[in-house]
Amino acid sequence: MAGFLQRERIVAPPGWSRWLVPPAALSIHLAIGQAYAWSVFKPPLEKGLGISGVASALPFTLGIIMLGLSAALFGTRVDSNGPRWAMVVSSSCFVSGFLISALGLYLRQYWMVVVGYGFVGGIGLGIGYISPVSTLIKWFPDRPGLSTGIAIMGFGGGALIASPLTNQLLAAFGGSGATPDVNGIAQTFLVMGLIYAVFMSVGWLLIRVPAQDWRPAGWDPAHAKTGALITTANVSARNAIRTPQFWLLWVVLCFNVTAGIGILERAAPIYSDFFPDATSPQALAAAAAGFVAMLSLANSAGRIAWSTTSDFLGRKNMYRIYLGVGALLYLALTLLTNTNKVLFLLIAILLLSFYGAGFATVPAYLRDLFGTYQVGAIHGRLLTAWSTAGVLGPLIVNAIADSRIAAGVTGPGRYTLSFTIMVGLLVVGFVCNELIRPVNERYHESALTKDATKKTEARA
Amino acid sequence: MTVSETAGQEGTERGYHPVLMVLAWLWVLVPFSYGLYQLVIKIPALFGH
Repeated sequence: MAGFLQRERIVAPPGWSRWLVPPAALSIHLAIGQAYAWSVFKPPLEKGLGISGVASALPFTLGIIMLGLSAALFGTRVDSNGPRWAMVVSSSCFVSGFLISALGLYLRQYWMVVVGYGFVGGIGLGIGYISPVSTLIKWFPDRPGLSTGIAIMGFGGGALIASPLTNQLLAAFGGSGATPDVNGIAQTFLVMGLIYAVFMSVGWLLIRVPAQDWRPAGWDPAHAKTGALITTANVSARNAIRTPQFWLLWVVLCFNVTAGIGILERAAPIYSDFFPDATSPQALAAAAAGFVAMLSLANSAGRIAWSTTSDFLGRKNMYRIYLGVGALLYLALTLLTNTNKVLFLLIAILLLSFYGAGFATVPAYLRDLFGTYQVGAIHGRLLTAWSTAGVLGPLIVNAIADSRIAAGVTGPGRYTLSFTIMVGLLVVGFVCNELIRPVNERYHESALTKDATKKTEARA
Repeated sequence: MTVSETAGQEGTERGYHPVLMVLAWLWVLVPFSYGLYQLVIKIPALFGH
């Protein structure tokens, strides 16, 4: 069985189309993207088990923390063992998370949901998220932004599938409504686990790595797009975290995500506070749901659109747009407030598209700076910025909004300070992006090998 | 995607997998389209009040 998972077993035969690799990656990312739809489970769990909102959010919070930690801890192993091994491990953990949660609910042991979905499933999220990245970059050396954009768009798109699917399953098993049946919620977890087990299997069955000397037809590395920041050298994951470039990019990603989460986290209440003049509470709730849906679409579309554009404009320029234009848009939102609804919607769409694009463009940026050698492992370490932002963003927006509400502030004024902080964070991110320079040669693998050879020769 | 992008080892172009390709993309695009449809039908409510 171990042989089946080994990298050597999945080297693509001659004639294997590289366009079979994105569907393999999407089979994993569309599944694990379910994490973004966790909120659908919250009301049934709260009503069915009588738990608080904080408690019902625990599996998701732990899941996102585990995503960052496992991506950082297992990144090197993912690169060395290959994508099939990573996808099998990811599928096993992610599916086990659902099955453990189902069992926990049947037994009325909520801690099993937290441990199952949050801890075990969270490991599946982290390993699954990075599993196809370096493989895609190797298959698409001419279009790394497009290839990683497709996969990471899948993560955004996973919630689009999971959200209605979960609602329909909950309704079918009696796990929704005013008095949800806990066994019905358990059945939903069980069925979803089984569905994802089948869906993800196509990912690990289909994935292939290119042969060592493979390159796209008609593509010559000698004529590949070059730039000051695009290296032909390789940097190991261990050395990458010793470079200032890694930490500057860490701040860039962290603050870009924090700014996006600022809106995403409270999208429905933000809309209701900005435009409360609906004909009925039901109409306002439906409009707010429409706003959330529109933002999800912008988040997903931005991942592929802007990341693909980065293949032409360059990674640094794209982050100049995400962060610089993003800061100006947040400023406009702060100043315009609710004076023009269409403008408000356009700004929110652009901001969320930049949020998604920040995730999708970063693997190609890492490839440019550190080469392909251990780009998956470096990406894994960088994802700790996401975990940090996942705590930071909601903390800023919710804490400030709650204090404003307690002080009796109504309308857009509840968010003025939060949005101003987001402008500041994006400006800091912009400066960090400007400071990114090519990685010093002493961190390159070839330079290290030469040094080692010289030392050996000197000793001899 | 073109056949020229399906080169295998050493730049050879000896094969293509149209059926596998169609099935693989349908496998991911069908559920994605379902999710997208469920999302898009919510957006009109944004302008309906």
